[in-house]
Amino acid sequence: MKNQDTMQDKEQMKSLEDIFEAKIARDEKIEPKDWMPEKYRKTHIRQISQHAHSEIVGMLPEGNWISRAPSLRRKVALLAKVQDEAGHGLYLYSACETLGISREELYDQLHSGKAKYSSIFNYPTLTWADIGAIGWLVDGAAIINQVPLCSTSFGPYARAMVRVCKEESFHQRQGYEIMMTLCNGTQEQKDMAQDALDRWWWPALMMLGPTDDESTHTEQSMKWKLKRKTNDELRQQFIDQTVPQADILGLKVPDEDLQYNTETGHYDFGEIDWEEFWQVVKGHGMCNKERISARKNAWDEGEWVRDAALAYADKQADKEVKEAV
Amino acid sequence: MTNENLIQYIYGIADNSLILGQRISELCGHGPTLETDIAMTNMALDLLGQTRSYFQYVAELSPKAITEDDVAFLRTEREYKNVLLVEQPNTDFAYIIVRQYFFDVFHFMFLKALENSKNINFQAIAKKSLKEVSYHKRFSGDWLKRLGDGTEESKQKAQKAVNDLWAYTDELFHMTENDKVVAEAGYGVDTTSFKDEYYAVITALLQEATLDVPETKYFQKGGKHGIHTEYMGYILSDMQYMQRTYPDMKW
Repeated sequence: MKNQDTMQDKEQMKSLEDIFEAKIARDEKIEPKDWMPEKYRKTHIRQISQHAHSEIVGMLPEGNWISRAPSLRRKVALLAKVQDEAGHGLYLYSACETLGISREELYDQLHSGKAKYSSIFNYPTLTWADIGAIGWLVDGAAIINQVPLCSTSFGPYARAMVRVCKEESFHQRQGYEIMMTLCNGTQEQKDMAQDALDRWWWPALMMLGPTDDESTHTEQSMKWKLKRKTNDELRQQFIDQTVPQADILGLKVPDEDLQYNTETGHYDFGEIDWEEFWQVVKGHGMCNKERISARKNAWDEGEWVRDAALAYADKQADKEVKEAV
Repeated sequence: MTNENLIQYIYGIADNSLILGQRISELCGHGPTLETDIAMTNMALDLLGQTRSYFQYVAELSPKAITEDDVAFLRTEREYKNVLLVEQPNTDFAYIIVRQYFFDVFHFMFLKALENSKNINFQAIAKKSLKEVSYHKRFSGDWLKRLGDGTEESKQKAQKAVNDLWAYTDELFHMTENDKVVAEAGYGVDTTSFKDEYYAVITALLQEATLDVPETKYFQKGGKHGIHTEYMGYILSDMQYMQRTYPDMKW
């Protein structure tokens, strides 16, 4: 009897898997209530939460300049940008919660260091030009990573990404416009812009992930449409798109080996310092500790506030019950 | 009444929005939940948006060729005319909410009255801002009820914030000589006309929040004459940093 049950279970599982695979092959969305393999669920929790964490940790380096923004217009634009990032964090956490994990668990994973976030946010923002460079380069690289996700297989993630990408592309234009203003300004402003490009260029290239032979998740992710192109292809796309933009600004990309290759139609570029990349990923970048402790402090110091809101809501619910009786 | 009277009057209104907007901006990314972060950033955006409308009007009124940014960033500390309440620090979430609520109730009543100004710029700014500020008032009032009637700890923290910040409420109704001139001309607002209503509203909410209403008769004032608390210099050194370090540049 037992063997028969197991056989039946296996067959049932096989047919569920077939239905699931067929849906993905037909480019149909997987929704939270649909059956999905455990590995698919886990991979999506990992990737979506990593993305959500990147949004809210990403608020910190830019938030660092809100109080010092050089004009009212820039201050308002930067506030709105950082607010958009909080909004992205919110949809992405919500999308992740549909996979059966709570926001508290997700925050715990961030605070304990179990979950990762984009390493770029572990670099410090030192001048106003960094706000321009982040918009231009970091949002630029993020868009290249994210546009393919608008058609990824998991419905809530794909729908969140449509909105995120629209806003990111606005942010990128805004960042480029900050750089353009600096480059049309005084020598001090141009120097500030060049210095920001010098510091953010290589970390931005690293954002597209390790090289294909080092990347552990690519093959499976391609199948589930979590990825459409490899890291190296995305990086090349970013470089090809960004170098002409730097030329328009009159800035020099800090790579002596950078050269347009007429045969391939792409830019050849120099060696990325992967040692630095892994150092930051492993938690030893300049701001890793500060970023995590800022998030952890906000959460820990907010605990009494959240408790108060819950206690108040309970009291109100009790009152309503009593009034109804 | 001269343009200079009007300009000084605008400082008395707009500097409140500017400095409170600046204070709330400091919190962006550090709030107790993502939802409160988003809501508070919205309030900062509203306040700074209002500031821009007022300061663009100052630039029009001024005999000098100045911009909204010159007005916002290049005055000396004594030239800022905000009330002391809005420059108080972000000590904890209870202070942030109480500061906001004490200001929002005043701000709402003020704008209601300003809508009837003879000055069409003031009417327009008041009309637009009222929608925003009625939301601010609801947000801060709802939170104050949650904190007051939440847990024992939140009640203590809220009560402490109420007790400490109460001393800064009276200044909201202080009429400077310039305020009187502009109010008498029908352009400005006589804030004393809604002082009793203000205290009635906040007293009712504090009671609903199960908090005690402070009985102190000692109040702080000075901001409306440009005499600020020690916090103000630090707010300005942050806020003015770029404009002071790199003068006469476009950003």
